[in-house]
Amino acid sequence: MRTPKIAVVDYQAGNLRSVQKALERYGAEAVVTSGASVIGDADALVFPGQGANDSSMRALRARTLVDPISRFIASGRPFLGVCLGLQLLLESSDEGVEPGLGTLPGRVRALPRGLKVPHMGWNQVEFVREHPVFEGVPTGSYFYFVHSYYADPEDKGLVAGTTSYGVEFCSVVAYENVVATQFHPEKSGAAGLKLYENFVHAASWG
Amino acid sequence: MLTKRIIPCLDIDGGRVVKGVSFVNIRDAGDPAELAAFYDSEGADELVFLDITASSDGRDIMIDIVRQVSERVFIPLTVGGGIRSVEDVRRMLEAGADKVSLNTAAVHNPQLVKETSDFFGSQCIVVAIDYKATEKIEGGTAPPLIGDLPLGPASKWEVYTHGGRKPTGVDAVRWAERASELGAGELLVTSMNTDGQQSGYDLEYTREVSEQVTVPVIASGGVGNLTHLDDAIKIGKADAVLAASIFHYGTYRISEAKDYLGKRGVPVRPVQVQ
Repeated sequence: MRTPKIAVVDYQAGNLRSVQKALERYGAEAVVTSGASVIGDADALVFPGQGANDSSMRALRARTLVDPISRFIASGRPFLGVCLGLQLLLESSDEGVEPGLGTLPGRVRALPRGLKVPHMGWNQVEFVREHPVFEGVPTGSYFYFVHSYYADPEDKGLVAGTTSYGVEFCSVVAYENVVATQFHPEKSGAAGLKLYENFVHAASWG
Repeated sequence: MLTKRIIPCLDIDGGRVVKGVSFVNIRDAGDPAELAAFYDSEGADELVFLDITASSDGRDIMIDIVRQVSERVFIPLTVGGGIRSVEDVRRMLEAGADKVSLNTAAVHNPQLVKETSDFFGSQCIVVAIDYKATEKIEGGTAPPLIGDLPLGPASKWEVYTHGGRKPTGVDAVRWAERASELGAGELLVTSMNTDGQQSGYDLEYTREVSEQVTVPVIASGGVGNLTHLDDAIKIGKADAVLAASIFHYGTYRISEAKDYLGKRGVPVRPVQVQ
């Protein structure tokens, strides 16, 4: 096992320090970067995100980060998307006009009306499929959510976890090297840290 | 199910945690990073740090504190007090805060709520509203700070700024609605009448605001026992409850509060055994 180098994509997306500190806690070298070559050379990639679909996609394009992220995902190395970093993997969004990365066929939809939005706080995730990144995290664990839209991938076989808030929505996508969560594992106490521990572990052996 | 949040509030002065009783009579209650780690292990759902000096020195000290806390605490952290600009917000987020609360500066310049929420996203902008029941108005009041939200005959609550010291002539329910429209992702509402009195939250205002806005509302000011938490959620329709002294002085542990609420049918995140 060696010290994995994990890139954290920086495109003015809120608090990146907690992501970095969570990765470092488990022995990774975590680099917050908007550099395509740093991303290309990393052992693993974290794609965080907060804010709106359109401004975020424009920020990614302005930094010419769309291709480096897509190439990284296709390379098979461990990838973790967080919050908007899950939503932007899809093709389109109710929230705006800018297309997403299109890694996953499907659309980002608005949470139903009649409930407080954003969906903010701790809610449960029911794991419907296994993935090494969730090893040791029991189904029904609580995670911290802050969002007004949710990912609706066409291939339901990619959904690894679901959460209820007015609608039962996809809160985790996981397949092969890709894991993406609607919640913020770096803000979800012990359950979330376990996920980072597993991710760093995967990056060490990748 | 989405749970109701219990949020300890840490008032910070000169790098130390203090708690004012009705904003006077301050007592020292400890080191911020230690206390934050303690509350995380106790099962707090979030933490709020408030710089009660609201000064530029205070902001620099707060940035150091946030950096220290974010090394070891992995639950949401809101920072408020003296935040006046987009740049102030950026510095707090970079230091490791998840949300920033705007209070006096937002009343003086409501566009700050729009600018910061457009730029960083609504999810990280909390508008904190300090309010007081309106007193009988004789011979009119000074012009309101927000021209189109003046107190009227039907107004029951007035916005106060500067740590709850200065009246503004602004209707506190209408300001809550406006702040939410401008992009606040959450409202933190503190009654200056009940704060520090331990006699319970102002349920009427909390409920009125919670029913008028679509964003989550945090009740604050006046909690003295666990029934008050239950009342804020069930009667006040609060999405989260803020408390300080009942936890700081060990009157109750967070696990006791969650047990109490859980037994009364309020969804809470169980405290994890560590």
